[in-house]
Amino acid sequence: MSLQQDVDLLRNIPLFAKIEPSKLKLLAFTAQRLSFGEGDVVCEQGDEGDSAYIIIEGEADVIVATTGGPVTVATLKKNDFLGETAILCDVPRTATVLARTDLETLMISKDLFFQLVSQFPSMSIEIMRELARRVERTTAQLREAVSHGGGPAVTPRGP
Amino acid sequence: MERTIYDFVFKFSKREQIFILLFTVFSLPFYYVSLDIPKLIVNNVLNEIAPELSATTETSGLDATVETIALDLAPRPFVLMGYEIIDMHRLWLLAVYSGLFLLLVLINGGFKYYINVYKGRLGERMLRRLRYQLYSRILRFPLPHFRRVSAGELIPMITQEVEPLGGFIGDALALPMYQGGLLITALIFIFMQDFWMGLASISLYPIQGWIIPKLQRRVNLLGKARVREVRKLSERIAETAHSAEEMHANGMARWELAEFSQRMGRIFEIRFDIYNKKFFIKFLNSILAQMTPFFFYAIGGYFVITGDLSLGGLVAVLAAYKDLPPPWKELLNHYQIQADAGIKYDQVVAQFATPGMREEEIVFGDGNPPRLEGNLAAVNLKYEEDGDLLIENLSAEIPLDIHVAIVGDAVSGKGHLALLLARLLDTSGGTLRFGSNDAAQLDEAATGRTIGYVGATSHLFSAPLVDNLLYGIRQKPQAPREAHDPARRQALERYLDESGKTGNSIDDPDADWVDMASLGIADREALIEAVRHALVVADMENDVYLLGLRGTLDPEARPEAARRLLEARHMLQERLGEKAYSGLVESFDRSAYNLNATVGENLLFGTPVGDAFDLERLPQNAYVMETLTRAGLVDDLLAMGHEVAQTMIELFAGLPPDHEYFAQFSFISLDDLPDYQAILRKVERDGLDKLDETDRMMLLSLPFKLSPVRHRLGLIDEAFQNRILEARSAFAENLPADLRASVEFFDVDRYNAASSLQDNILFGKLVYGRAQAQSKVGELMSQVVEALHLRSTVVEVGLDFEVGIGGARLSPAQRQKASIARAVLKRPAILILSEATASLDGAAQSNILKNVREEFRGRPLIWAMHRPSQARGFDHVLVMASGRLVDRGGYDELVEKSSLLSELIAAE
Repeated sequence: MSLQQDVDLLRNIPLFAKIEPSKLKLLAFTAQRLSFGEGDVVCEQGDEGDSAYIIIEGEADVIVATTGGPVTVATLKKNDFLGETAILCDVPRTATVLARTDLETLMISKDLFFQLVSQFPSMSIEIMRELARRVERTTAQLREAVSHGGGPAVTPRGP
Repeated sequence: MERTIYDFVFKFSKREQIFILLFTVFSLPFYYVSLDIPKLIVNNVLNEIAPELSATTETSGLDATVETIALDLAPRPFVLMGYEIIDMHRLWLLAVYSGLFLLLVLINGGFKYYINVYKGRLGERMLRRLRYQLYSRILRFPLPHFRRVSAGELIPMITQEVEPLGGFIGDALALPMYQGGLLITALIFIFMQDFWMGLASISLYPIQGWIIPKLQRRVNLLGKARVREVRKLSERIAETAHSAEEMHANGMARWELAEFSQRMGRIFEIRFDIYNKKFFIKFLNSILAQMTPFFFYAIGGYFVITGDLSLGGLVAVLAAYKDLPPPWKELLNHYQIQADAGIKYDQVVAQFATPGMREEEIVFGDGNPPRLEGNLAAVNLKYEEDGDLLIENLSAEIPLDIHVAIVGDAVSGKGHLALLLARLLDTSGGTLRFGSNDAAQLDEAATGRTIGYVGATSHLFSAPLVDNLLYGIRQKPQAPREAHDPARRQALERYLDESGKTGNSIDDPDADWVDMASLGIADREALIEAVRHALVVADMENDVYLLGLRGTLDPEARPEAARRLLEARHMLQERLGEKAYSGLVESFDRSAYNLNATVGENLLFGTPVGDAFDLERLPQNAYVMETLTRAGLVDDLLAMGHEVAQTMIELFAGLPPDHEYFAQFSFISLDDLPDYQAILRKVERDGLDKLDETDRMMLLSLPFKLSPVRHRLGLIDEAFQNRILEARSAFAENLPADLRASVEFFDVDRYNAASSLQDNILFGKLVYGRAQAQSKVGELMSQVVEALHLRSTVVEVGLDFEVGIGGARLSPAQRQKASIARAVLKRPAILILSEATASLDGAAQSNILKNVREEFRGRPLIWAMHRPSQARGFDHVLVMASGRLVDRGGYDELVEKSSLLSELIAAE
C-alpha cells in the first residue's frame, strides 16, 4: 500500500475524479489509512464526527437506531463514501457504521475535506450531485412508504 | 513591626552597632599615625638639617660642609606621636619609619577589611530578618486581604525594594559618627587658628542645612510616588500575564498598550522631576562649597595684610579646610541614603500592616489537635467584610458525628459560613465552639490537623503529586534529617545557628515532616496504600494510574517492581497472540525491522538518554554517521533524502505559507522550504555527490523520520531494511564506552529505565492505522496490570508526577480531585467542603459525594452544597438566605413542608 496506489484509488472515486494529481497526492498523504476488524465500530450514531471515510476494501453496514430497534438501512462497498453528513452539517453522526467484513478505509479529516471542497469547485458540484441523488431517492422511498402505509421508512445511504 | 527603620536597627542590632562604632574609633589612631609618618620621614630623615640635634657634632666648617655633601649618617632621634624614643643611625631610622609605614598600611587595611565584612554581614542579617518578618506577615494576612493585594505588589516589596536597606543598616550609626567626628576635629582646628576664619568656614552650613533638606524632602516625596507607581506597574504586568485569555478574547491589546504607556508616562514625569531637583541640589552644594574659600581669601587675606593672622596660619587653615568637604559630603550623602531607606521602610511596612491580621500565636502556634466531642456550637455568629454583614447572628448546634448539608443561593452566605467553621475566616462577633474548645483559641497547627477543608477552587504546589497529597499532614517536623556525614551535619548546624541569629525559622525543611503516626501508619508502604485509598475516594485513582503508565521507574532503586513489570511485558506479549488483539502491536525484535517505527528508531533500537542520540538530530551525531558510513548506507540515505525532499516540495510547495499541514504532516518546515528548493536545483545541475556538507546534512536528516507504514512513500524496501538491521547490530557492538550511557537498548529481558512504564510493558509499536488499537491495547494492558497486582506500583509511579506551577500539568478537574484527596488523606476530625465538586462533571460529583460520605460515616461532615438536591440523604440540612439561617431539619421533612429548600431545588 504505497502512496501511489492510494492516489490511483482516489482517482477512481467520482468525487475526486477532477482534482489535479498533485492535490490528490497531498490528499492521499495527509489522509490516514485506517483498518477495522470484522464487527468493529467505524462510527457511532450520536457521536461527534470529525472525519469522513472512503472504503478501499471490504463492506460496512449502516445502522440506524429506531424506536423499533436498530435497522440496517444500507451496506456500503468499495469506493463508497461515508461519514460526510456529520462533517458537512456539523451534526452528530446520523447512523452507526459497523464493519461487516475486515475493512480498509482512507480517513479524511474535516479540515482537509473542507479545504478540498473550497479549493475545487468540481468537488463541490460532485457532492451536490450526490446529495441531490440521495434526496431524490429518499423522496421516492417516502412516496413509496406513504402509499404502502408503513414498513421501514426512509433508507438514507450514509450517516 | 518597628515604626521606623532606626527603631528596627536599634532593636535588633544595638550591640553590633556599638561594636562597629567602638571598633572604628579604636582604629582611628592607627590611621592618624599612618598619616603622620610620611611627614616624619620628610622632616626627620630626609631633611638635610637634622631637627633639634641633641648633641651637636663639633666639626670645622669645612669638614662639616664636606661631610654634609658626602653623607650625613649621624644618628637622629626616632620620634613617634611627639615622643622622642631613641637616637638611631639615619639609614636605620629610614628603614624603621618605612617598615612602620608598611606595617600600618597592613593594619589599616586589615581593620578596613574586618569592619567591611562585619558591616556587610550585619546588613545581610538584618535584611534577612526584615524579609522574614515581612513574609511571616503575609502568612498572617486575613484571607479577604488577598483579594485586595496582588502578588505583583508583594513580590517586589520583599525582594528588590528592601534590598538597599541592608547596605544602609551596616552604616546606620558608624558612618555619621565617624564622618561627623572628622568634620568636628577639622573645624576645631580651624577655630583654634582664628575665630573669624572658623566662622567663615561654617557660615554657609546653616543655609545648606536649611534649604537642602527642604529640597530633599520634595525629592523624597517624589521618590515615594515613584516606588508606588513602579509597584503598580509590576502589578499590572502580573495582571496581564493572568488575564491573557480575556485580553486576547476581547482583542484588547491596543487598549492595554495605551494603558501601559500611560503608566510609563507617569513614571517618566516623576523621574524627570526627581532629576531636576536632585541635580539642582548638587549644583547648590558645589556652589556653596566654593563660596567658603572666597571668604578665606577675602577675609583671611585682609587679616594677613593687617597683621592679625600669620601667613602660615592662613595656609594651615586652607589645608585644614581641604579636609572639610569629604566628611561633609559623606554626611549629606548619608542623609540622602537615610531618607531613602526611611521612606522605603515606612512604605513597605505600611503595606504589611493590615487590619485584622491574625495573632502570631494563632498562625505560628504549636498546639496539639483538640479532642472533638459533643457539639459544634455557633452562638450569634457574625461576619462582616468591608462593612457588609455577610453572616448575621447565626446560632446553631450540630452534633459532631452527623453529616450536615448547607444549602442556599450564591449570596446566602453558605460559603462564608463554611470558611468560618473551617477557621479560615475570623468571626466579627459571636462564638464558635468545637465541643469544649473555643475555636478562636485554637492555633492553626491544631485546626490544620483537626479540620479538613476543600473549597471550590484549590491550589497545588509545584512539586510531585505525592507531596501535594501529603501537604495536609506536615504541620511539624517529625524526625531530624538523616545526616551521617559529619561535614553535612556541621553545615546543617551552621545553617540552623545562623537562622536563629536573625530570628528566622530554625526548623529544617529537609527533615521528615510527614506525620505518619497521626494516620496510624508506620511505614511507607502503608502510607502509599493510604494515599491510594484517598485517591479512590476522590475518584482520581485512575487518573494517577494513567500518569503512572507514562512515568518512569528506576530499576536499580526498585528491582522488584522492575522485575514484575517485565513479567507484565511477557504476559502482554502472550495475550497479544490472541485473535482479538492480533495485528495491533508490532513488538520490538532485534532481528526484525519494525515497520511502524522510523528509520532512526530502527537504527538506534533503543531509547535515547540525554541529547547524544536525540532522534530528531540523529545524523548530527558523529558515531551514528560513522556506523552508517561503514555500513555503506550514507549514499542510499542521501538518495532517499533527495526523494523525500522532492515529494515534500511537490506536495507542499503550492500551499499557502500559514497552512497547518506544514506543522502536521510535512517533513520540512516552512522556514526550510526555500533551502530545500535550492538544494534540489543544485542536485539537478551538479548531481548528488557535488553537494557541500551542510546541504548533505539537510537531506540526510529527512529519511530518519520515515516510517514505511505511516508515510507510504515506498522508499523502504526489504533490501534497505536488511541493511539497516546490519547497521543496527554494528551500532550496538561498536558503541564507544563514553556513549554507552546515552542509549538504553530494547532488550526483551531487561527493564528499560529510560522508557515509560507503558512502553516497557508494550515493548513495541502500536500498529499504525488500526482502528481503536490504542483503546484495545490500553484495555489489555490494564487487564495484565490487574492480573499481576501491579496497579499500586503504577499508581506509586504516578504519584511522583510533577504537577507543574499551580498544578498546571493536571486538568482543572484533576486538581480539584487532588485537593479532595488531600483533605481525605489527612483523616481530619471534621471535614468541611464548600462547593468542592462544582467544577467536576456529574458522574464524578455523585461518585465523590457517595465515596466521601461513606468514608466519613460516623464522623462529622459539613458540606456547603453546590446544588441543593445533593443534600438528599444528609442527616441534617441548614438552609441559608442572605446571611441568615432560615430553616433547618431533615431533608425529607424540609421538602415536604414546602420550605425554601423546595424552592431552591425547583430552581436548580
